[in-house]
Amino acid sequence: MVEYIIKRVLLGLAALIVVSALTFLLMNLIPGGPFLSEKAPTAEVLAALEAKYGLNRPLHQQYFTWLSDILRGDFGVSFKMQKNRPVIVIIGEMFPTSVKVGVFAMLWAIVAGVSLGCFAAYKRGRLTDSVLRVVTTTGVVLPTFVTATILLVVFAGGIFKILPVIVDKNAEWYAYILPCFTLGLNPMCNIARYTRSSMLDALSQEYIRTAYAKGLNTAAIIFKHALRNALIPVISYIGPMIAYILTGGFVIETVFSIPGLGRYFVQSIQNRDYPIIMGTTIFLASFVIIMTLAVDILYRWIDPRIDLAKEA
Amino acid sequence: MNVDSGEAGPLLSVTDLKVSFFTPAGEVKAVNGISYDLRRGEVLGIVGESGSGKSVEAYSIMGLLQSPGRVIGGSISLGGENVLEYGRRQIRNMRGNRVSMIFQNPMTSLNPVYTIGDQIREALTAHSRVSRGDADRRAMDMLDLVGINNPEKRLRQYPHELSGGMRQRVMIALALICEPDLLIADEPTTALDVTIQAQILALMESIRKERDMAIIFITHNLGVVADICTRVAVMYAGHIVESGPVNDIFYAPRHPYTLGLLRSIPRVDDESRERLIPIDGTPVDMLNPPPGCPFAPRCHECMNICLRAYPPATAFADGHAANCWMFDRDVFDREMAEREMPDL
Ligand SMILES: Nc1ncnc2c1ncn2[C@@H]1O[C@H](COP(=O)(O)OP(=O)(O)OP(=O)(O)O)[C@@H](O)[C@H]1O
Ligand code: SF4
Ligand SMILES: [Mg+2]
Repeated sequence: MVEYIIKRVLLGLAALIVVSALTFLLMNLIPGGPFLSEKAPTAEVLAALEAKYGLNRPLHQQYFTWLSDILRGDFGVSFKMQKNRPVIVIIGEMFPTSVKVGVFAMLWAIVAGVSLGCFAAYKRGRLTDSVLRVVTTTGVVLPTFVTATILLVVFAGGIFKILPVIVDKNAEWYAYILPCFTLGLNPMCNIARYTRSSMLDALSQEYIRTAYAKGLNTAAIIFKHALRNALIPVISYIGPMIAYILTGGFVIETVFSIPGLGRYFVQSIQNRDYPIIMGTTIFLASFVIIMTLAVDILYRWIDPRIDLAKEA
Repeated sequence: MNVDSGEAGPLLSVTDLKVSFFTPAGEVKAVNGISYDLRRGEVLGIVGESGSGKSVEAYSIMGLLQSPGRVIGGSISLGGENVLEYGRRQIRNMRGNRVSMIFQNPMTSLNPVYTIGDQIREALTAHSRVSRGDADRRAMDMLDLVGINNPEKRLRQYPHELSGGMRQRVMIALALICEPDLLIADEPTTALDVTIQAQILALMESIRKERDMAIIFITHNLGVVADICTRVAVMYAGHIVESGPVNDIFYAPRHPYTLGLLRSIPRVDDESRERLIPIDGTPVDMLNPPPGCPFAPRCHECMNICLRAYPPATAFADGHAANCWMFDRDVFDREMAEREMPDL
């Protein structure tokens, strides 16, 4: 187990280096720079600024400087958006809001998805099952920004005016309903579909017959014996779901003007605030890697047949 | 051994049981009016080829029929109560407690994500209030009884960590922990290799003796039947076509199907070393069974009446009976006479 975790961490570090190098390269390939956008500075000022932040040196030198800084825990300072404030502090301010939205989106996706999936499996072939199938299929194919727009029009604008359009720092809890709902909708539908089919599969297994033969009640059979097995394929979807929620969060935060890290990241790209782009990329990539590892360990806990030590 | 047991009536009494599956293609009469009695301590072997209704018959005792299957007639009396009239709760009380079942495939009959201990304890706690410690102790005793060494360690293991033979022993432990009156074993040794098979049979036999438990043993394997059964019922297309004490079935079989079955196994005790002769023809199409005797299309003795009417049971000595027109003297003589007519 320990060996497996060490291996996964090393692999993760390698992935982080590749991700950071690619991001660094792409970021510098897009035309423009941090100091060009607003009022164009004079040539001397520009040169002085670039010298100050080391932007006049060759790319690989810049990258290695950044890398060695980061290894010492130094994420650098913002060039532009919050001039000279440390990137790590900015991330620390912005990330909790994103986590809040993301966690609620995931919670509702998992709770509703698993319940609806079980319900559809229980009602298989009936009307409820067909209705749920149509709903979940629609939810899976609708892109987040389309859902967000429709919901905004319906609940926060034209038809009903019951929920706020903008979620700022002082927003009430209900302001988070629309963004969390929208963000979780696609994963919820996916989870419902996975749960339905894996639940049907589990219920047809012979160990379910054994459970009946023991004299267990229906609840124990469905929720203890079938559900735990049915959740195994669902859990393998949670890794990709975290990545989805993260990138979906960029869109949702932008659409609803939520002051989270996702929206800030998008703005930092528009502003070419290099340290923020790099810092956020590394931060989010590490986050995804750690979460994926956590999911794999959870997987092992729920399915004892998987021997992580052997898989490594 | 029990003096009363002779008078007390049978433990299980199945009367004219009928089970059908209502499929989109039509009604499948999987069990078509079977009757038998089973006493305490008796071992009834049910044999017959695939699809003859052996499992369906056993599942209906346990109330485990899956839709579209339904009992459509007859009664199943267990200790004097008709289990077909049981409510949900009564059925649950019976399952695993008074009647237990073990299945053909030990590899898939245990839940892969729970420990052996979990699954055995659960069989116990479904029927009685016991503390965790007591449940553990009884589970360990049970594992010990079914010949699993190091029971304490096994309780914490998962099914995939055990061999097939071990898992079947666990299934037996699980089935017997509530000390049922009746154990239904649906081909419990088919998936195991021969030496393990013999061990499992010996185990079941010794537990039966110790507890005076009745067993219904479903199998394709007549050799196994000879080893452990006291009585045998031969099933064909949802009917019991012949039944009787094990020796009568083996040494004085009457029904042409039973004869065919016996001829199809190589007999170790037979000097002439008869070849393995499979029964000619294909099993009955259960959706469209022939009228009359279902074995008629494959029977060498088939007479005119066999194509029209199902034969009644003819009793021989010692509760040995067969359903075949050949044993109805009047019918048989008339048929023979008709056959000779053209020669006149
Ligand atoms: N779910 C089902 N739907 C429709 N028909 C079924 C179903 N289950 C069983 N049957 C019918 O019931 C008949 C008896 O099946 P059963 O499983 O009792 O046979 P069996 O004697 O146990 O055979 P085997 O030796 O292969 O286990 C089969 O011929 C089949 O046509
Ligand atoms: S009743 Fe007729 S067809 Fe059926 S087994 Fe007897 S002889 Fe053969
Ligand atoms: Mg069967």
